[in-house]
Amino acid sequence: MLHETLYVKSTKQIFGVRGSLLFVRAIGGIKYGELVEVVVDGSSILGQVIDVSRDVAVVQVFGSTTGITPGVSVVKFYGETIKIPVSLDMLGRIFDGLSRPIDGGPQVIPEDYLDIHGSALNPALRVPPSEPIETGISVIDGLLTLVRGQKLPIFSGSGLPHNRIAMQVVRQAAVRGSEEKFVVVFGAIGVTYEEAAYFLRELRSMGALDRTVAFIAPASASTVEKLALPRTALTTAEFLAWNYDMHVLTILTDMTNYAESLKEISAAREEVPGRRGYPGYMYTDLATIYERAGRVATKKGSMTIMPILTMPDDDITHPIPDLTGYITEGQIVLSRDMWRKGIYPPVDVFLSLSRLMKEGIGKDKTREDHRELFSQLISAYAEAQYLRELSAIVGTESLSLRDKRYLEFADLFERKFINQGEYERRTFEQTLDLGWEMLSLLPEEELKQISPQTLKKYHPKYRLELVGRR
Amino acid sequence: MSSVDRAGRIYRISGPLIVAEGLTGVMMYEVVKVGEEGLIGEVIAIRGDRAYIQVYEETSGLTVGEKVLATGRPLSAELGPGLIGSIYDGLQRPERDIGIKTGSIFIKRGVSVPSLNREVKWNYERIRDVKLGDKVFPGDVIGLVKETPLVVHKIMIPPGVSGYIKWIAEDGDYTVEHSVAIVASGDREYEVKMYQLWPIRKPRPYAEKLSPVEPLITGIRVIDYLFPIAKGGKAAIPGGFGTGKTVALQEITKWSHSDIAIYVGCGERGNEMSDALTSFMKLMDPRRGRPMMERSVFIANTSNMPVAARETSVFLGITIGEYFRDMGYDVVMVADSTSRWAEAMREISGRMEEMPGEEGFPAYLSSRLAEFYERAGRVRTLGRPERYGSLTVFGAVSPPGGDFSEPVVRSTVRYVQCFYALDYGLATRRHFPAINWLLSYSLYIDFVKDYWNKLSNWSEYRDVALKILQREAELSDIVRLVGPEALPEEDKLVLEISRMIREDFLQQSALNPVDAYSPPEKDAMIMEAIMEFYRLSRRALTKGVTVARIRELKSRSEIAQMKYHTFEQLKAGVYNKVIESIRSDFKELIGD
Ligand SMILES: Nc1ncnc2c1ncn2[C@@H]1O[C@H](COP(=O)(O)OP(=O)(O)OP(=O)(O)O)[C@@H](O)[C@H]1O
Ligand SMILES: [Mg+2]
Repeated sequence: MLHETLYVKSTKQIFGVRGSLLFVRAIGGIKYGELVEVVVDGSSILGQVIDVSRDVAVVQVFGSTTGITPGVSVVKFYGETIKIPVSLDMLGRIFDGLSRPIDGGPQVIPEDYLDIHGSALNPALRVPPSEPIETGISVIDGLLTLVRGQKLPIFSGSGLPHNRIAMQVVRQAAVRGSEEKFVVVFGAIGVTYEEAAYFLRELRSMGALDRTVAFIAPASASTVEKLALPRTALTTAEFLAWNYDMHVLTILTDMTNYAESLKEISAAREEVPGRRGYPGYMYTDLATIYERAGRVATKKGSMTIMPILTMPDDDITHPIPDLTGYITEGQIVLSRDMWRKGIYPPVDVFLSLSRLMKEGIGKDKTREDHRELFSQLISAYAEAQYLRELSAIVGTESLSLRDKRYLEFADLFERKFINQGEYERRTFEQTLDLGWEMLSLLPEEELKQISPQTLKKYHPKYRLELVGRR
Repeated sequence: MSSVDRAGRIYRISGPLIVAEGLTGVMMYEVVKVGEEGLIGEVIAIRGDRAYIQVYEETSGLTVGEKVLATGRPLSAELGPGLIGSIYDGLQRPERDIGIKTGSIFIKRGVSVPSLNREVKWNYERIRDVKLGDKVFPGDVIGLVKETPLVVHKIMIPPGVSGYIKWIAEDGDYTVEHSVAIVASGDREYEVKMYQLWPIRKPRPYAEKLSPVEPLITGIRVIDYLFPIAKGGKAAIPGGFGTGKTVALQEITKWSHSDIAIYVGCGERGNEMSDALTSFMKLMDPRRGRPMMERSVFIANTSNMPVAARETSVFLGITIGEYFRDMGYDVVMVADSTSRWAEAMREISGRMEEMPGEEGFPAYLSSRLAEFYERAGRVRTLGRPERYGSLTVFGAVSPPGGDFSEPVVRSTVRYVQCFYALDYGLATRRHFPAINWLLSYSLYIDFVKDYWNKLSNWSEYRDVALKILQREAELSDIVRLVGPEALPEEDKLVLEISRMIREDFLQQSALNPVDAYSPPEKDAMIMEAIMEFYRLSRRALTKGVTVARIRELKSRSEIAQMKYHTFEQLKAGVYNKVIESIRSDFKELIGD
């Protein structure tokens, strides 16, 4: 597990315990932030130095302080921050939040040990993300395209099928151009036993396991493990992306559990709480996780992150989704209404946005008509939504034929385009063609976002003619 | 004082805050070097013989007892040729050079690289009028360097220096450290170099602060026409996530009619910075046909970089802005986002165990924001030749939950004259820029009206447009209950015209290459067309024509197409054609 060093210092000089904080008489050379192990009755609890002066070191232990006895329990100072072993052999394996194997397989032979906190990418060396990732899910690929180097979260709610969507993405995601190495790093934080079992079963049954590394810290895991998991997963992802030129997509679920752990630790430290009890530094903390996404000029690989979180009470202004939205490059919002209508994946297209999509679609990326098709689908769906509301006030009788066409369009758009089988993989072409099929329900003069050339080339009506002529 | 006297030891480490002992005679805001790696810190409080130091780099791994060296200097910026086109971190370290020096894709701490390149030679041309024996004063321009095709960098006598010219350099190619003059005063001599140092927390002096006289054209219609900002003005852009703060700031730095643009990314995204950098290299300044990078400076302290440096990013940006203002330029500086800076203040204050104010922010939040915004302004600069410069500032604010009643927004409104409230509802409806016309305001109307009224009937049209938009908001409640068809014809017309104002005028996509930048003349033409349509519509109503029929007029869509034309195309005929269409449409309709 942890990288044992020769320089471990130990002391029994604990003189106070409060909550999860230990006050230890300082011995020389304690480093700020270093990893600590407290030995209680033969078992050990991990901790970290969160404040140190000439007289006192304050140690935050991750987990329960039960059994810790001043003057008796031994505190070991490791001399460094948490590091994990990394290796290419991690592909195909399943680990816990501190990178210990939990799939019954052997320990991996490390190629390197890395600090899980990583370092900030140099902003001047970044290049803007611009190549699409095909998730095989129409509503994402067509309307909310994910690009390599982006961080795009899913905002879900309890009981909504975000885990199934996550697994579908793990199964299906690929980049264009088959010679490139694409891998998925999957991290599950604080998930229930049932969820963990589901993930394990899915991951094992998937043919994709050899290009996947999974990390799972169930709800019963210690707070430290839950807080470490996203960083462990991303450190592994970075190793694969920057050392092995791989395109890595990291999926992290459920980041709400992570934020809860953060809140718990902050309360234990008796910090002044910020909004709704979450620590004031939560923005920065989450940013140090999500900002690990990106591309750089000198490396072939890329880091893409798709965090999944459940919005408490479906409230998008809750600090967890709110701060996430302030960090990520857009969001995919799931809707309870759509789910009730039986749509999977139940995405609310209006509240969702992929901010980096514009750079990742079009000719040589997805297909030349993507941009226009996208704008037209969104504006038609918006018009239909407006008409739905209007017809709720004035009734459907007073709607014109045109208006009724729009309502039909919206229905079909939801049921055929957005709605998709959990095991159905659609390519970009299939998704875009399906989009055209939806648009063909509308009178041609309504398709104002589409240029005549594009219309002639892609509208099913003209395509059929072409086929007919052949 | 010898350097031995000035060394202390770390007593305590708590995140970005460290406490040092034994730093005798240390000053407030003095820069110190912490630990073996010499991490940069700044003294932010002195209590007894303990100095509280805010460290601008990651502190993990530091040990009690490591040394702390005082430098005797406040945190200062290097100001001279080489600023333009740079990308700095919050401590003015050039990030590209850091990358080259470390050979790493990551920012490593403790790296020391000069802010201005020491090797590059700049072509210096002295000002002929300045001769040996002349008396010179702060701000006097003694030489010029053509830094980029867009920027002539003026080499000035630094603030605080005056005397007789004892020696002066001839024209030549010099590095920034090269002396260009020696100024003697009594028995003291001062070597004027190609660059100067200035403490970033201290406003640079000027001769006189002046009232604004003309607008700073941003190229964004809703700002320029409805809520104009003046050169030297101060504006806040608050809004929830995804409402368009960053896009607005980027557009302003790209298109505004300023000589120098400074973009400060403070606690925000790395991908955004690289997107801005890339587009500034590609895009051409529409007024001068050169890449925008040739007049821009970037400061990038992303959200995952040390939080304490968010504060220095903002003050560094404004100091560089003042320096170019002092040359007599119109400078625009944007800061994205001031909330992240405020949060950093909150974190440090918490560690200092200061009494928390509202929502945990320190009591000095407000005065710190004032120190920043008050440095904007239009001035007569120090020195000769007489010149005027301006520094216009835009700060993004990111309130939690998009709620404007929180401390950072509330403190900021006290110091800004323009308030551009971004609206979540507009953004989800993809109405961009999502500037809410009912909540936003500008206090510069009186200062810019002469400029605008020369172009059009601005005062009147602006008034009418705002009234129509206001009326639409009132009517929308009724419409929600009974549907639009139940309204009287006059009100239906108001809805129709306000829709035109919103869609054909206010909406302006930053992604559209033609419309991203809209010069004031174009704004005036589109508004003129809408107002003409409105005038004739009202007349038509009096003749019994219904709004349903007005809605179908084909000139309506011609008006909608106006924004997709450049000003030149509009002027070359499109505008006249639209106006004619409107008139003939109504002629047909009314039948006279
Ligand atoms: N003027 C505009 N024209 C076109 N699209 C825009 C405009 N402004 C914003 N957008 C759209 O909204 C998205 C979000 O805008 P932006 O990144 O500026 O938000 P923000 O307010 O800075 O959000 P955050 O607080 O999360 O940083 C953009 O990616 C773009 O799709
Ligand atoms: Mg932004």
